[in-house]
Amino acid sequence: MPSIEVNDLWVRYGDRDAVRGVTLAVEPGQILCVLGRNGAGKTSTIEAIEGYRKFAKGTVRVLGLDPARQHREVVKKIGVMLQVGGIYPRMNPRQALELYAGFYDDPVPVDDLIKLAELGSAQKTPYRFLSGGEKQRPALALALIGRPSVLFLDEPTAGVDAAGKQQIRTAVADMARSGVAVLLTTHELNEAERLADSIAVIDEGRIIAEGTPAELRERFGKQTVLFRTAAPIDVASFSQRLGLRVTELGENSYRLGEEAPANVVGTITALLAEQGVDLIEMNAGRGSLEDVFLEITNGEA
Amino acid sequence: MAAHPYQAQAKAEIRLSMTQYESLLVTFGIPLLFLVAFSLIKVLPLPHGVLKPVAFLVPGTIALAVMATGMVSLGIATGVERSYGVLKRLGTTPLSRGALLGAKITSIAVIELVQVALLALVGLALGWKPSGNPLQFVGAIILSSAAFAGIGLILAGRLKSEAVIGAANGLFLVLLVLGGMIFPVSSLPGPVADVARLLPAYASAHILFVSSTGGAGSVAGSWIVLLVWAIAAPLLATRLFRFE
Repeated sequence: MPSIEVNDLWVRYGDRDAVRGVTLAVEPGQILCVLGRNGAGKTSTIEAIEGYRKFAKGTVRVLGLDPARQHREVVKKIGVMLQVGGIYPRMNPRQALELYAGFYDDPVPVDDLIKLAELGSAQKTPYRFLSGGEKQRPALALALIGRPSVLFLDEPTAGVDAAGKQQIRTAVADMARSGVAVLLTTHELNEAERLADSIAVIDEGRIIAEGTPAELRERFGKQTVLFRTAAPIDVASFSQRLGLRVTELGENSYRLGEEAPANVVGTITALLAEQGVDLIEMNAGRGSLEDVFLEITNGEA
Repeated sequence: MAAHPYQAQAKAEIRLSMTQYESLLVTFGIPLLFLVAFSLIKVLPLPHGVLKPVAFLVPGTIALAVMATGMVSLGIATGVERSYGVLKRLGTTPLSRGALLGAKITSIAVIELVQVALLALVGLALGWKPSGNPLQFVGAIILSSAAFAGIGLILAGRLKSEAVIGAANGLFLVLLVLGGMIFPVSSLPGPVADVARLLPAYASAHILFVSSTGGAGSVAGSWIVLLVWAIAAPLLATRLFRFE
């Protein structure tokens, strides 16, 4: 049985449909990443699944329970990290964790979470004085305190520095390995690529693409070639000789702008040799998840 | 280990209330200052037949303290919690809305108990000699708490946190002037006094004054006004409150 099962979910604000017929499922131990532009419907979807937001139509089950009607049972088994805030501004992380520990029958010891979220030096700093990135750490620790079977993380690494992002990703991956189902939203496409078992791209309230990162790249990613030379090339004549549009990306860096044929690597090498220009590096392959995302949404994450 | 969400939340609410120094200034500092200053410095008018300011000021400052706790302190704290997403986050934990409300009521009750004890003790030290109906006194405090907490939650549930701070403090000053807590309503211009008598601040201060002095005069009108506010304000808060 999936830990999260959503069928034809519709969320309406006034006469505007923010979520339009979303269907998804997350198995135990799976990380599903919901990608989408601002206002695409990610947070409304996640809040409806948590049982926090009323929805107009559809069915939602979390661990087989209806989060709207069986809210009191569901909240004992889920961990939630909001996009921003959620902690008393005058409380420090330790106090917040001690408070939340009182809500659950078998909470994770506060000291363990302080260690896991690396809150050592910030544990007694009032939440309002923590930096944007630091605020994500106690928020993640609070999401884990009730030993959840399902985790909802709304942009968990927003504003966090590189090391912090890695710690959060490691913690999330560890939770999934222990059997926790994770539903997370993010703007960080490389985060989705690294963490997610499965990705759902949402746009204007609808899921417009879904699959594993590899499947999405295979389905939507175009073959691209990037290369860097020791000296500049004549882009116009190079394009003409290749029969493909070459775009200059920066100093001596170039990209083929269209679907490149399989033998193009050899042709580029030969042309450069002919012009007496040394090749420094060349990468050929399917576009990144970012390219895929831009391709299917015509926007930015 | 069994979870005790209500207990955990009530302890947190009390600790937060008692360590919010700006709030303590309004809930304890101002009532105590008014009681001591205007009992010793006789500059304000007194109701007809009252000889000692402290007899009027103790019930008046208790009404003021209850108003500060319910309307200003609870209103501002809840407004900040709402704008920081605290209420939203709590809604995804095993803490039920009932337990959250219960914890807030407990916190208010504890603070008011300390306020009443402190003001009464200071009043006794200043020569206050209460004689009246303690049950009416306690009943008026309970209804006043409901009325002012309802007003505070209406503000907290609809306005942005900065606006809640301004509105709660502004309303506090208006009701302080119109409420007959520090000087009698009869000192106000006629039409203003008529309006003031329909406000919960006056009704609260009036009943507390009469029930602590055994004074003459009907308080039936004030009971009706206070009862209406004590029912209507929380009901309206329930209808209007938005968690985010």
